[in-house]
Amino acid sequence: MSETTPSTDPSITLYRLQACPFCERVVRKLHEYDLDYRSRFVEAMHSERDIVKRISGKRTVPAIVDENTGVTMSESANIVDYLDNTYGAEA
Amino acid sequence: MELDFEVVDLDESAHPEEGTQAPDFIRPLVNDEYWEDVALSELTADGPVLLVFYTMDGDFPATYIWNELRDRAWDDDYDVTIVGLSISSPYEHKTFIEEREMDYRLFSDPQNGVAEEYGIVNDLDGMAGISEPRPAAFLIDEERRVQYAWAAQKWPDFPDYDEIEDELAGLR
Repeated sequence: MSETTPSTDPSITLYRLQACPFCERVVRKLHEYDLDYRSRFVEAMHSERDIVKRISGKRTVPAIVDENTGVTMSESANIVDYLDNTYGAEA
Repeated sequence: MELDFEVVDLDESAHPEEGTQAPDFIRPLVNDEYWEDVALSELTADGPVLLVFYTMDGDFPATYIWNELRDRAWDDDYDVTIVGLSISSPYEHKTFIEEREMDYRLFSDPQNGVAEEYGIVNDLDGMAGISEPRPAAFLIDEERRVQYAWAAQKWPDFPDYDEIEDELAGLR
């Protein structure tokens, strides 16, 4: 996909905070499996993260929504495991 | 911060090394009352300058870095002018300076040209068309020579404040 092509809606949405190491860890994994995703950046203040709370029930980032599987998930270790199990070589 | 996984690496940077000339530039320099175009060389003409590149105003790395620099208040003890640079607009800088309650001035460089000159561009994943400087710090003397250089090799990454303080002590 070239960068100038308008992307079709990716099925994975990542809620992230800029330069958050846990979020970057998930990004690295998404790149590893060449997965298309949409990034939504939220602010550092937890009180400013109502959107994340609405989708995941918690205000923590990273959080992902994967419409391929209907999964919504928080915590980077859990998300990395999920991506490995869903999209990795053993999936 | 202890993490049980490897923090993401950045590509190698090609920033000015110690002993080389720091590229000069002119950008709006923002204080708590106004901004005006200022050249780096105007600042160094008055003495050593610590130039700190940081992520856009408002996120947590910017807050961590400037709280630390504000609390260390090196300019009270050492002959140094401390200035920052990010891609945030002058308006955002003014708000940030007020929120952090700090006396330091900030260069505004939304098009990221200074980071290009300094070889420290960080293209941001998930924000199309936006790049910013990777976190970096340069201690630059009156002849605009780089006395100390640091650029992030990880994302995120933070300056080694004690190392910078040692360098400042060495200036005297």
